[in-house]
Amino acid sequence: MNKLNFLRPNIENLNTYLYVGIFLISIAILDVTLNSFFNTNITSFLPNFISFLLPLIIGTVGLHIIRIEFSGIKNLDLLNKNINTNTFNAVLTLLIIFAVIKSIPPFLSWFIIDATISGDTKEACTGTGACWTYIKIWLNRFIYGMYPNELQWRINLSFIALIGLAFVGLIPSEKIKKFLTLYYVVIYPIIAFVLIYYLISGGAFGLEWVETGAWGGLSLTFIVSFFCLIFCFPVGMFLALGRRSDLPTVRYISVGFIEFWRGVPLITVLFMSSVMFPMFLPEDFFMDKLVRVIIAISLFEAAYVAEVIRGGLQALPRGQYDAAKSLGMGYWKMHIFVILPQALKLVIPGIANTFLALVKDTPLIFVVGLLEIVGMLNLAKTNPKWLGYAMEGYVFAAIIFWIICYAMSKYSYNLEIKYKTDR
Amino acid sequence: MNFKLNKIIPQLATLLAVILVFGFLTYNAQVNMDNRGIEFGFGFLTQESSFDVQFSLIDYDGSHSYARAYLVGLLNTLLVAFIGIILSTILGVIVGIARLSPNYLIERTAAWYVEFFRNIPLLLQIFFWYFAALRALPLPQDTEPMFGVFFLTIKGLFVPRFVWENLDIFFYSIIAAIISIVIIRNYARKLQENEGKQLPVFSISVGLFIILPLLTFLIGGVSLNFSVPELEQMSNTSFKYKGGLGIPPELIALTLALGLYTATFIAECVRAGIQGISKGQKEAAASIGLTPRQILKLVVMPQALRIIIPPTTNQYLNLTKNSSLAAAIAYPDLVLIFAGTALMQTGRAIEIVSITMLTYLSISLSISVLMNWYNKKIAIKEK
Repeated sequence: MNKLNFLRPNIENLNTYLYVGIFLISIAILDVTLNSFFNTNITSFLPNFISFLLPLIIGTVGLHIIRIEFSGIKNLDLLNKNINTNTFNAVLTLLIIFAVIKSIPPFLSWFIIDATISGDTKEACTGTGACWTYIKIWLNRFIYGMYPNELQWRINLSFIALIGLAFVGLIPSEKIKKFLTLYYVVIYPIIAFVLIYYLISGGAFGLEWVETGAWGGLSLTFIVSFFCLIFCFPVGMFLALGRRSDLPTVRYISVGFIEFWRGVPLITVLFMSSVMFPMFLPEDFFMDKLVRVIIAISLFEAAYVAEVIRGGLQALPRGQYDAAKSLGMGYWKMHIFVILPQALKLVIPGIANTFLALVKDTPLIFVVGLLEIVGMLNLAKTNPKWLGYAMEGYVFAAIIFWIICYAMSKYSYNLEIKYKTDR
Repeated sequence: MNFKLNKIIPQLATLLAVILVFGFLTYNAQVNMDNRGIEFGFGFLTQESSFDVQFSLIDYDGSHSYARAYLVGLLNTLLVAFIGIILSTILGVIVGIARLSPNYLIERTAAWYVEFFRNIPLLLQIFFWYFAALRALPLPQDTEPMFGVFFLTIKGLFVPRFVWENLDIFFYSIIAAIISIVIIRNYARKLQENEGKQLPVFSISVGLFIILPLLTFLIGGVSLNFSVPELEQMSNTSFKYKGGLGIPPELIALTLALGLYTATFIAECVRAGIQGISKGQKEAAASIGLTPRQILKLVVMPQALRIIIPPTTNQYLNLTKNSSLAAAIAYPDLVLIFAGTALMQTGRAIEIVSITMLTYLSISLSISVLMNWYNKKIAIKEK
């Protein structure tokens, strides 16, 4: 690189170099922009190959000319330090900028400019872009599945109630604060279960019964993730404690249980719950498909939660155990008041990752015939009236999942910061 | 006395509970199977399977047994896992290193790649590639070849196939090359330790690796030809490729999705590993006069790998388990062939699901046993 020191500015002649360099870079970017947005090639008089590579060459030379160790100009120094450290980096920088410029027009035209959203039938979609009409028409199904249209207020009501009840923890009253843990661990799940059982499923209080086979779409994704999340956490905690126990039988059983679930793919677990598990139940004993799936996923994820929590337990120094014991605490007292609060704080990111994996695993329930949002998409895709819009459907679902998962990971990051205690 | 009882009672209670649950389940299964007149057993494995499989690495048709169908599925699963692991490792290492780049744009691009692909369910990605992206490819008769020999069509990717003659001799020559390279490396190390002489080990190794197999072409009677796929018209509208090797679109979609998805996790492992090496290590290495390449090879990499390899192996395991999603797009893997078709035909739910789960379980357990052994071996021996 040192050989290339000619054409490099020093602090005296910086201005000249700066103007030439910026001029060259602008030309390079202008060329690519014109090419990509207006489909005109200003270098078309050159041979194909050279015309193709020209912006890159000009841009690299331009970046090379303005590369200086220290100029005193704030923006230039920032630029040189971050994206223009050497020739290799300069080329990569340009390539990324060009790729972005190149991909904006086709993306925009498919996503917005040429897309259709008006109309109610496939015929409305004449443009070359996306057919959002398809999503608009099917949106109801994507969210509620086959749940009867006139009864959908029941799903809405229970979700709104559950979200509202989740915010109880924000009430700044000292009286309530004492019972918060109890509320979130025991009472809230029971309320949720009752709400979903009586309101969404119906069959009592004059509400029409809706079988679980009709549930579907995004609401089913939420229901399954919610219950699995609630169930897998306590089970995982007991398994983790079991694995760290002094009692050999308890330890070996926990290890066997955890390693079994961690060793098999979720899809085979779901197969088991749908085809093999009914064989193990007493005759005439019927267990709903949805319940079986929730149990299967909860046990599966519990094994992962257990391993995460075990990591937290192992990370605690021995002194914590010794100190608790020296105060005369028994096994349970020691764990509930001393060990677990600290261990759980340590493993917030790990638990959040497990929960994220759980949400991302919910589409797998198509194996047993339950259709949450991805399953509904596959169903809608094969509808003869709406053939050929698979892309729109998957992009739509991908955006929804991405928002959910990204929000969850950001939230867990905030929790991690909030509960971080210096040791 | 009291102390002992404290320890024994919970153990007995757990044991009793587990035995009771298992006993209850087995009893129910016995009753249910008696009612349906099913006999528990693995005799069905030798029966004729009478179903066909679209894509198989070994000879297989309906006249073979269920056991062979199982083997076909297992090999297909391992194939997907193998290709996916290679793809995700290459991509993951590149992205992981890019995450540490001083170049802001590269670092952000890599970060967005990770955030994007990690937060979308794998199943959705597989569906996207299979039903949306690959379906947009042209029909065989409209396809322009890439580099004259590759055809990427809606029916899959068609590539030239190697036609070997005396492949075994070529194979032995490669083994011989590897063995001699190992011997030379050991000899060179001894030479350096005892006499301080250095051999150009790297160039000798490369030379051996090229020359030995090349010799088999010249004097061993080994020859290599290519069978290039050619389009053949079967009828007015139906076209087919003759010769060459056809890679089904299911396999492409699956490996692509698995590779892109798992690469995000591997990238994070690589980043964490390299970031885990303290600056002092590099500075210490530089201060005793090692060159940058030597620092990377002798100081940074051995330590970084110790952090990188265990979680990465975990990701490989996850990839192998995730390859069971193949069933969703009808790629004939273990789950689809065995837990799907074979189960449907024989109705032997307990046996087949157990075999399938045990297969995955033994793959996972054997790899984690290997991993534990490796971790013990490379662990820093602290005083």
